[in-house]
Amino acid sequence: MSTSNTAAPVLVLRDVSKSFGPVVALRSGSLSVDAGSIHALIGENGAGKSTLVKVVAGVHRRDSGVFELGGEAVDFGSTADSKQSGVAVIYQEPTLFPDLSVTENIFMGRQPLARGRRIDRQAMHTEAEGLFRRLGVRIDPRRPAEGLSIADQQIIEIAKAISLDARLLVMDEPTAALSGVEVERLFAVARSLRDEGRALVFISHRFDEVFELCDTVTVMRDGSYIDTRRIDETTPSDLVSLMVGRDVDDLFPKVAAEVGEPVLEVRGLNRAGVFHDIDFEVRAGEIVGLAGLVGAGRSEIARAVFGVDAYDSGSVTLSGKAVRARDPRAAIRAGMAFIPEDRRKQGLVIDASVTRNVAAVIRNGIARAGLITGSMENKAAGPWAGRLEVKTNALDMNAATMSGGNQQKVVIAKWLATNPKLLIIDEPTRGIDVGTKSEVHRLLSELAGQGLAILMISSELPEVLGMADRVLVLCEGQITAELDRAEATPEAVMHAATHHLEDVR
Amino acid sequence: MSHTDIERPQPGAGTSTSEALLVEPSRLSPTRRALTTVLRSRELSIFLVLVAVVVLATTKNNGFLFSSDGWRNFLLNPSILLLLAVGQAVVIITRNVDLSVGSTMALTAYLTGRLFVDQPNIPIIVVVLACLAMGAVLGLVNGVLVAYAGVPALVITLGTLYIYRGIMLTWAGSDRINAGDMPRDFLSLGTKTILSIPVLTIIAVVVLAVVGYYLHTARGGRELYAIGSDPDAAHLYGLAVRRRLLAAFVLSGALAGLAGVLYTARYGTVSSGVGSGIELQAVAAAVIGGIAIFGGSGTVWGAAIGAFLLVTINRALPSLGIEDFWQRAVVGVLILGAIVLDRVLARRQARKLAESRDHS
Repeated sequence: MSTSNTAAPVLVLRDVSKSFGPVVALRSGSLSVDAGSIHALIGENGAGKSTLVKVVAGVHRRDSGVFELGGEAVDFGSTADSKQSGVAVIYQEPTLFPDLSVTENIFMGRQPLARGRRIDRQAMHTEAEGLFRRLGVRIDPRRPAEGLSIADQQIIEIAKAISLDARLLVMDEPTAALSGVEVERLFAVARSLRDEGRALVFISHRFDEVFELCDTVTVMRDGSYIDTRRIDETTPSDLVSLMVGRDVDDLFPKVAAEVGEPVLEVRGLNRAGVFHDIDFEVRAGEIVGLAGLVGAGRSEIARAVFGVDAYDSGSVTLSGKAVRARDPRAAIRAGMAFIPEDRRKQGLVIDASVTRNVAAVIRNGIARAGLITGSMENKAAGPWAGRLEVKTNALDMNAATMSGGNQQKVVIAKWLATNPKLLIIDEPTRGIDVGTKSEVHRLLSELAGQGLAILMISSELPEVLGMADRVLVLCEGQITAELDRAEATPEAVMHAATHHLEDVR
Repeated sequence: MSHTDIERPQPGAGTSTSEALLVEPSRLSPTRRALTTVLRSRELSIFLVLVAVVVLATTKNNGFLFSSDGWRNFLLNPSILLLLAVGQAVVIITRNVDLSVGSTMALTAYLTGRLFVDQPNIPIIVVVLACLAMGAVLGLVNGVLVAYAGVPALVITLGTLYIYRGIMLTWAGSDRINAGDMPRDFLSLGTKTILSIPVLTIIAVVVLAVVGYYLHTARGGRELYAIGSDPDAAHLYGLAVRRRLLAAFVLSGALAGLAGVLYTARYGTVSSGVGSGIELQAVAAAVIGGIAIFGGSGTVWGAAIGAFLLVTINRALPSLGIEDFWQRAVVGVLILGAIVLDRVLARRQARKLAESRDHS
């Protein structure tokens, strides 16, 4: 597959597959990683990278295929097994114990011991401080993990993985929440680990990072292995065409819409420790993009506007009428719809059928004498699911077993059924395959054309630039730039999203 | 990546010691840190309430603490609840609960009497070991059901509460174990004192010390906190979640078994109603002592002080001339107060930690 290295690769995966019920998450994943190498794994969202990682980590057990570590066939039944075999994994979402100290989070289960199998707290704290020094960050090792920013949480995950002294380190989008300086430090650590002869797998959406850090790259698409190349023998555009496997021209079919009256007006919104002096408006027919690094406070602002979270001061008005704080039901009545980032947790009743999910928000509209029957739900939900081409075998299929794209469509259908004036959508295409992605974009553009005001939060720069009429950039809870469609270049947005950080640190 | 990169900023003028303890504990000197931790601990505030209750009751009636009987009762009465509260605390720390401890205690109390009746010359230590073993097995049943069936512990142990009580009632029938059935040596254990400290209290405190030490300094102990703090993260982390849960329930059961023997030694009689309702007192003691009901935080020291406070209040209120209704209401208020305080403090802490991001 790759390189002319004579030593056996540290990790070999060949034709590995994994399904969850009817959904095939991984069709045929292959990966071969050498010692002393940083291997990039790229592919669109939903290409199966995270599933592959979870198979390596022992979270999931593969259904079929070859899985070798250091030349020996392995079969991990749990994360403890993989850890034992020298595999460290940094997951996309940090998983920490909020009640325990930062140090305990790093060393849980393998704390340094003193005489009598007693935990040596002194040694543990010293070691944690050493790790943070190596990473060049300032986190108090004795403080609780609760309340840390996502970037800091991610750094703790990295410290945890490094301290494991693993021969294979897998990093699933570790840089998503980090600022430029932090990314540089992470890369320095990654290179030194490589030079020690360890194998690293690096998953990222940012090509500049892949080309800067990695020596080999494997591309996946739709759950399958596509190709492996040496990084100096390929170009970003090669990789894009491998990843997408089709033309990228009409990925973001944004249609210009007539911009009308302001629908949402947010004035002076504050919440201590989260966001400050947030002022903006969204007009009818306009898509406003909210950009910024993960943890900059984008989702928090959306949740506060919708009334899920409280805010300390400021006001939210919709079509000229004040919307009560901390009252999502009032927000819905006023004409807001909110599609959260984590569909599984916040947007879908995951164990209920598609029908029930779509009908849930319009219960009151379809109920007769306060009662709802299955047939009424079906009647109300059917057209919406159809219009969005939700691909489930039947409307009564469980939402949990659907793919990410279809889940998102169900959530959108659910909210469109309320006829909202304003749609707040957080990461509309996260975990959605390319085809469905442009579907979602076309849908959003169409809705804006019909006069809906849309506030879109997205971490994917091309999505923001392609879709938004206006871009608001957030950095550490403050709006640092407001850019028109014409002004919004990747450089301008990234500068506004990070300059605040760089200045402070 | 030089050393200067991690220079600590000068402590801001506005940050107090308590805030620093939360956000940047390393900035404080070790002594200062330890002192602030103790001063701001839930355990200390519960302890002060206990002291206040004792002082109040003693000023009203000198004998509450200073008669030999009063002193002995002050230490002796909470001992059995203390054992149960320690076991309960360990289980609650893992985000579970064990409601079956009262029934387990009843079963082992009856086992104690039965053994002495059937084998009059049986050594006391054998009886104690038998009860520990029986309690551990009953706890293991709870643990297996909770760890493997994936049903909430509340439901499982509510079920075994009735089942274990049913077994005890069937086994005992109309039997009643009386003091005359048991050897004098054994009964004297219930009231004997060493240096004016009851033996039962010494046993309970030794157990408390061992469990407290284990939770604080052993890997297994810390993992119990981790599991309670975020069970999913614990799985992902590769901790042996099931094994730890089993161990927590076995410990809770074994301590209930020990409490059963001590109960028999203390009171001399075993009737069918032994220990009914005491499981709720154990939960109350743990919660009052600062064990978070959603797991992950609190110490057995707090639970032990909570047990002392509950029992002592129950003894103090009558001597202060307070009616029966109000005695129960006071306990209720204590529990509600403890839970409300717990939530308020947790929220305030979360808020402070979030605010600290602004200054960093």
